[in-house]
Amino acid sequence: MITGEQKPFDEIWNMVKDFKKVLVFGCNTCVAICHAGGGKEAEILASLLRMRAAQEGVAIEIDHSAVERHCEPEFFQPVMDNVRKYDLVLSTACGVGVNLLSENIGEIPVFPAINTEFFGAVPRSGEFTELCAGCGNCILHLTGGICPIARCSKSLLNGPCGGTNSGSCEVSPDIKCAWVQIYDRLKQLNRLDLMGEIVEAKDWSKAQGPRNFKVKVLEEIKK
Amino acid sequence: MSFREILESGKFAVTAEIGPPKGTDIKEMYHHIEVLKGKIDVANVTDNQSAVMRISSLAVSKIVLDNGMEPVLQMTCRDRNRIGLQADLLGASVLGIHNVLCLTGDHVNAGDHKQAKSVYDVESVQLLKIVEGMNNGKDMSGNEMKGATNFYAGAVVTPEAVPLEPQLVKFEKKVKAGAKFFQTQAIYDMEKFKSFMQYAKKFPVKMLAGIVVLKSAGMANFMNKNVPGITVPQELIEELKAAGKEKALETGINIAARHIKQLKDEKICDGVHIMAIGMEDKVPMIMERAGLL
Ligand code: SF4
Ligand code: SF4
Repeated sequence: MITGEQKPFDEIWNMVKDFKKVLVFGCNTCVAICHAGGGKEAEILASLLRMRAAQEGVAIEIDHSAVERHCEPEFFQPVMDNVRKYDLVLSTACGVGVNLLSENIGEIPVFPAINTEFFGAVPRSGEFTELCAGCGNCILHLTGGICPIARCSKSLLNGPCGGTNSGSCEVSPDIKCAWVQIYDRLKQLNRLDLMGEIVEAKDWSKAQGPRNFKVKVLEEIKK
Repeated sequence: MSFREILESGKFAVTAEIGPPKGTDIKEMYHHIEVLKGKIDVANVTDNQSAVMRISSLAVSKIVLDNGMEPVLQMTCRDRNRIGLQADLLGASVLGIHNVLCLTGDHVNAGDHKQAKSVYDVESVQLLKIVEGMNNGKDMSGNEMKGATNFYAGAVVTPEAVPLEPQLVKFEKKVKAGAKFFQTQAIYDMEKFKSFMQYAKKFPVKMLAGIVVLKSAGMANFMNKNVPGITVPQELIEELKAAGKEKALETGINIAARHIKQLKDEKICDGVHIMAIGMEDKVPMIMERAGLL
């Protein structure tokens, strides 16, 4: 899923303070799981903003609502008449949602209330960790299922750098060295031969935007 | 004799480092070049060492060359993509710089521009392959170039990395990718290094042992704790302690000289790489005490 964290409150306040009618608009899928942008968080953020407005003596009407997804028009189209009544939509969806809503809303700005971060796993409730960077050309079958693009601080493809430190990464003792993990996993799978092969320089063109694709089968059916 | 000829002739080689400064005042750097010239065989020119921004290694390599010393151009993959790296390799070649040390490079997190975007479009093994390709007249996309390079390519290895096995897998890939010489991370335990060399001798490469002078017991303890892949044995720390504060540096210099002498006399490896880190003035003294001058 896509993860994100709410922006610092002062930054959000500075975005909204000059508007008169603001909708804090939540998204109940990915960002709700990371407690940053669901309907509940939108509600809390709206009331915090109302309190701040009262403190500062600024008159702003601040409401909140949410839909299941901001990344597909069919989820937000039904409520757009209401959404268009505001002069600012503060979206707590991920950046994808903010972009798509902005494209569809007309002459009303859509601002981001969260910083979108990565595709994350939820190893334990409330914990999020990046395991894939969406590089467009997966090599997990060569690396024991451990992604060196997302999990090695330098995205190295041929083994650990000299900074590898008793299982930790040179960048921080809190980061595990992906290449030590890959080595251990390949050893366990009896496939260390894979690590001995030189991996050629990556085709980064597949990892760079703007990217889009169409599902071929669906295209055929449409025809 | 060129660096390649020295190593291939079997002569014990001595390399040291010139660290480009931050800023345009290069008086001190000139002084270091003067001190080392005629003593060491070649000078590595570091590339934004520790991710701290300084004069480019290519520019300083040319200065070293113009001042009568052969440089080893250090190249990291942190700051340039494959186009930038190849362009600089061609640039080095036409400037008469023919030794290159291929490194991945410390993470920007270690340096003084922590918010920089790291590149790592390619890494050390792939850079070695790029160099090999350019030596054969082709860029890394396979395009024919007008005129090939003639680089003597090297790489680094950490003989005391923990864990060691994954590091050795990478070392063997570097050999396969075309590395002809290696300069190691600092080593202090001669017995451990000997057993590493027993393994490394199987490969057709020249090995230069990394030497970093211990300035004090405190420095040794600090490195043990904070520098990955460096282990200073307890007996050396005791030796530094016993010498007392005033004689610690003197003792550190003697330890370095003793190690170099042993590496040479027992023919353990093909040379040494002295990383003076601010003590370039002391390199000739170390060499004298090691019986090299
Ligand atoms: S190799 Fe690419 S696609 Fe596969 S997990 Fe890593 S980043 Fe994701
Ligand atoms: S220490 Fe490991 S994870 Fe960190 S950059 Fe080096 S190889 Fe990658």
